[in-house]
Parts: sequence; structure tokens; C-alpha cells
Amino acid sequence: MEHGAPMLEVFGIWFNLSNVMMLLVAALIVFLIAFFATRNLQLKPTGMQNFMEWIMDFVKGIINSNMDWRDGGRFHVLGITLIMFIFVSNMLGLPFAIVVNDNLWWKSPTADPTVTMTLAAMVLILSHYYGIKLKGLKGYSAGYIKPMKFLFPLKVIEEFANTLTLGLRLYGNIYAGEILLTLLAGLASASIFGFAAAILPMMLWQGFSIFIGAIQAFIFVMLTMVYLSHKVADDH
Amino acid sequence: MFFDHLVLGATGEFLNIGDIIATLVIFILLMLLLKKFAWGPLMGVMQQREDLIKSEIETAENSRLESQKLLDEQRSLLKDARTQAQEIVENAKKQGEVSREEIITTARAESGRMKEAAVQEIANERDKAISAVREEVVALSLLAATKVLEKEISEEDNRQLINETIAKAGEVQ
Repeated sequence: MEHGAPMLEVFGIWFNLSNVMMLLVAALIVFLIAFFATRNLQLKPTGMQNFMEWIMDFVKGIINSNMDWRDGGRFHVLGITLIMFIFVSNMLGLPFAIVVNDNLWWKSPTADPTVTMTLAAMVLILSHYYGIKLKGLKGYSAGYIKPMKFLFPLKVIEEFANTLTLGLRLYGNIYAGEILLTLLAGLASASIFGFAAAILPMMLWQGFSIFIGAIQAFIFVMLTMVYLSHKVADDH
Repeated sequence: MFFDHLVLGATGEFLNIGDIIATLVIFILLMLLLKKFAWGPLMGVMQQREDLIKSEIETAENSRLESQKLLDEQRSLLKDARTQAQEIVENAKKQGEVSREEIITTARAESGRMKEAAVQEIANERDKAISAVREEVVALSLLAATKVLEKEISEEDNRQLINETIAKAGEVQ
């Protein structure tokens, strides 16, 4: 159950090759889905185009519920890419896990805190960047002493807390799901009775994990937009 | 401990700078590629559709107004035509009345004139017949007198005598 990670050092920088591979796989799947769904675009949408347009409208709805479209339109592409990338990443670890030489190769890339924290930090840094860009350094700084001056320390803590919770929530959910799946798989492969006992909870937990994966992708994008709107929108 | 591997960073004693870089690079690259190949075109199509629908709605609204206008126009034209038709019928009736009257008057006058002419003709014919009879009577009388008298009387005296006789006969009548 306790697996290592295939680590590689290049010029003093450590890579977890499993993460890199799974990120590439997820990116490739997302790209292929989106690429082939948007070939042969028509004004009267059919099939996959409908699906992609539904995703776009869904993310547009998320953005619109947080900020004005005039401010939020620029985050549309980020939102769609995030939700699809995270959802596909969450799904990748569900069907199986591949362990080679006691190294865990195939898993959800989002079951690694480094990956999720990177995404979360990227979102928060983006929010600061756009906060300064759209409201100016003055307006951005004023956000820290609103509504009252003594809240300033809390506001600073909030920024770090936001980053941590955004990243760790995703990581925790997906990692927990994979742990339980691994335990159930271990039980199923132990004996014939174990298999019989494990088959039902396994199916239930996989179904639940699909649900969790979708919800977490949604929540991640939702919170991304909430944090962005805090910095970008005029009033809140 | 059994749960040691659950602790954050348990995958290694290192901070995986490489993973951070890989995540960022892969995600940003994916976003840019998708923007170029998928989201861009799709957004374009959706925008196009939005514009199309907007213009269609506008067109529909316009044509609705147009047809309403045309309908009103047609309605008023129909009303005008109806009034005009009624007027024409009325006029025709009046005209008919007038010409009937005229025709009757003309016919009446014509028949009167024809009657008058006939009467005149008859009178003329009668006068002509009377004078013819008179001539005949004179000639006959002259012949008879000549035969009876066998006497030479000058033509002039004779005629005078006869005319006197006729005049007397006329008075007797």
C-alpha cells in the first residue's frame, strides 16, 4: 500500500515523474476532447459542440454569479480550462492505479499536494495581479483595510489561508478517495471472500468518487472566481 | 507509524520544484493551446450565433411592424374602394334616372312632331285633292257647256264665265 514515487533529479531540481506523466496525460485528454469537439463548428450546434457550449455556459454562469461580465469575461478561458483539467485529473485515478517497481505511476495528478497547491497559488497570484492591474496599486492596497483598519492582519492571513484551503481541499478529497480505493482493491485481491466483500463498496465508492471529482472541479473554479472577484470587482 | 505516508510531503524529503514547474508549464500551455484551437473558435461561433439571433429578432420585429403597416394601409384602401364603389353605383343610378327622363321626353316630343307632320300632310293632300277635283270639274263643265251650246265664245270669256259659275257653286256649298 505504501508506494514510493519515481523521483528524478535534473540540474538539482527534483521531478516526480509520475506527476509529470499524469499531468501530461490529463492535459492531452482535455486537449483532444476540446479539439475534436470544436472541429466543424456550426451555428446550429450538434453533438459534442453542444457539450462544449454547455461547459462554456456553465463556467460563464459561475463567473456571472460572482462578478460583472465586463470584469469577469477575461477569466472565461481560465475557468473552462481549469474545470476540464481538474475534472479529468480527478477521474484519471479512479479506474486503476499502476505500480511499477513499488513506484506509483498511474494516479490522479490532483492527488498530489504539490500539484494542487501550485494551481491554487497560481490562481491567488493571478487574483493579486489582476487586482493591481484593474484597480491600481492604491485601490488594491485599500482592499486590505476594508471595511476597518484593524482587520488588516486578518486580511493578510486570509490570503494565505485561501491559498492553502483551495489547494488542500482538492488534494484531500481526491487523495482520500484514492486511498480508500487502494484499500478496497487490496481487500479484493486478497482472497475470494475479500473480492466478494469488496465488490459492492468498491462500486459505491467509485460512483461517489466520480461525484466528488465533479463537485471538487466545480468548487475549485467557483472559489477561483470568488477570490478573483474579491480583488477585481468594485464592491463586495 | 502506519499513517506516516499520509503526511504532507511524504512522497519525498524534497520540495518538488520540478513538479511545480511542470504543473504550471503544462497547465498554461494547455490553456494557451485550447484558447487557440478550441475556446477561441467556439466563442467566435457562439458570439456569431448571438449576433445572428439578435439580428433575426430585429428583422422579425421590423417585418412585423411593416406587415402591420401594410395591413392598415390595405384596410383603409379597401374602405376607400368600398365608399367609392357605393358612390359610383349611386351616381349611375342618378344618371340612369336622368337619362330615362330625357329619353321619355325626347320620345314624347318626337311622337308629337310626327303626329303634327302627319296631320299637315293629310291636310295638304286634301287641299291638293280638292283643287284637282275643282280643275276636273271646270274642265268637265267647260266641255259640257261647249257641247251643249255649240256656241263660239272666246276663250277668255268662257273661262271667266266658268270661274264665276264655280265661285257661285262654292258659295252655294
